[in-house]
Amino acid sequence: MLQKNDVAPDFTLFATPDQKITLSEFRGKNVILAFYPADWSPVCSDQMALYNEMLKYFKKYDAEIFGISVDSKWCHMAFSQSRNLHFPLLSDFEAKGETSKKYGVYNTIEGECNRALFVIDKNGIIQWSYLSPMAVNPGADAILEALENL
Amino acid sequence: MSLKPAVSKTDHTQGKKDADIVIVEYGDYQCPYCGAAYPILKEMMKKYGTQVEFVFRNFPLSEMHQYARPAAIVAEAAALQGKFWEMHDAIYENQEYLSENFLLELAEKLELDPHQFNTDIKKLELASKIDSDFESGVMSGVNGTPSLFVNGTKFNGGPQDLLQLISEITK
Repeated sequence: MLQKNDVAPDFTLFATPDQKITLSEFRGKNVILAFYPADWSPVCSDQMALYNEMLKYFKKYDAEIFGISVDSKWCHMAFSQSRNLHFPLLSDFEAKGETSKKYGVYNTIEGECNRALFVIDKNGIIQWSYLSPMAVNPGADAILEALENL
Repeated sequence: MSLKPAVSKTDHTQGKKDADIVIVEYGDYQCPYCGAAYPILKEMMKKYGTQVEFVFRNFPLSEMHQYARPAAIVAEAAALQGKFWEMHDAIYENQEYLSENFLLELAEKLELDPHQFNTDIKKLELASKIDSDFESGVMSGVNGTPSLFVNGTKFNGGPQDLLQLISEITK
């Protein structure tokens, strides 16, 4: 798993059925990447729902947040609509898990992303990363602390 | 994970003042898990309320639960008329009927002064009380609702586990 001071590997992933997001386009902004195992599973839902309430706090630190899982763009769309999410969920779907593998957070046994967080600074350098136990929603306090320390 | 800030005068409390055991719940009035926790926590306070202090802080997931924040505002407005716990209980006991109209009916049922109530629910102070509860929750490591703290430390079990723990330590 990539650590502090590693360069955040670039990626381009679907954010909606017809729109892609490229990480390097966000140079000049702080970025939070929240890798999570799957849409719809109860813990993830809590985690994404929590971040959804936190957007205005992330904005204070000039930070964008992206959720990433191996679910398809259509699955993400349905999940996002059902939870009324206001931030992008990226689809690490084809080639499956390619981006999570670059970050060292792909679980080959489950075929899912591990539950992992990265805070990337405005120059595209990872400043903080955290691997959470699969079943534990890591909350947001440590993300805010990492943003505070940038 | 520890509670920040500590329990203070601005909190809604019940049970024994300055007790050795202080439980804090971060809750959302529309959250079904909080609804399920309510009768268990109620039972806990009925049995151990002479030894335990219970605190409720707001943690509305407003994007997911459209009535969570209005309910929190109504409960805070009831608090200004000394009826926080009556409103808190009435909301959880009728969670399936939650709507803006239903909240207004509850205010009427609890005989809140309608003029004061209508002024209070628009007050900025109420909104910021709820925001500051939410922020304190985030900083304390709340990751969903209900989140429970025992003497300032996050309790990683459910309400039933908490009841069990309290029954053991109050023996």
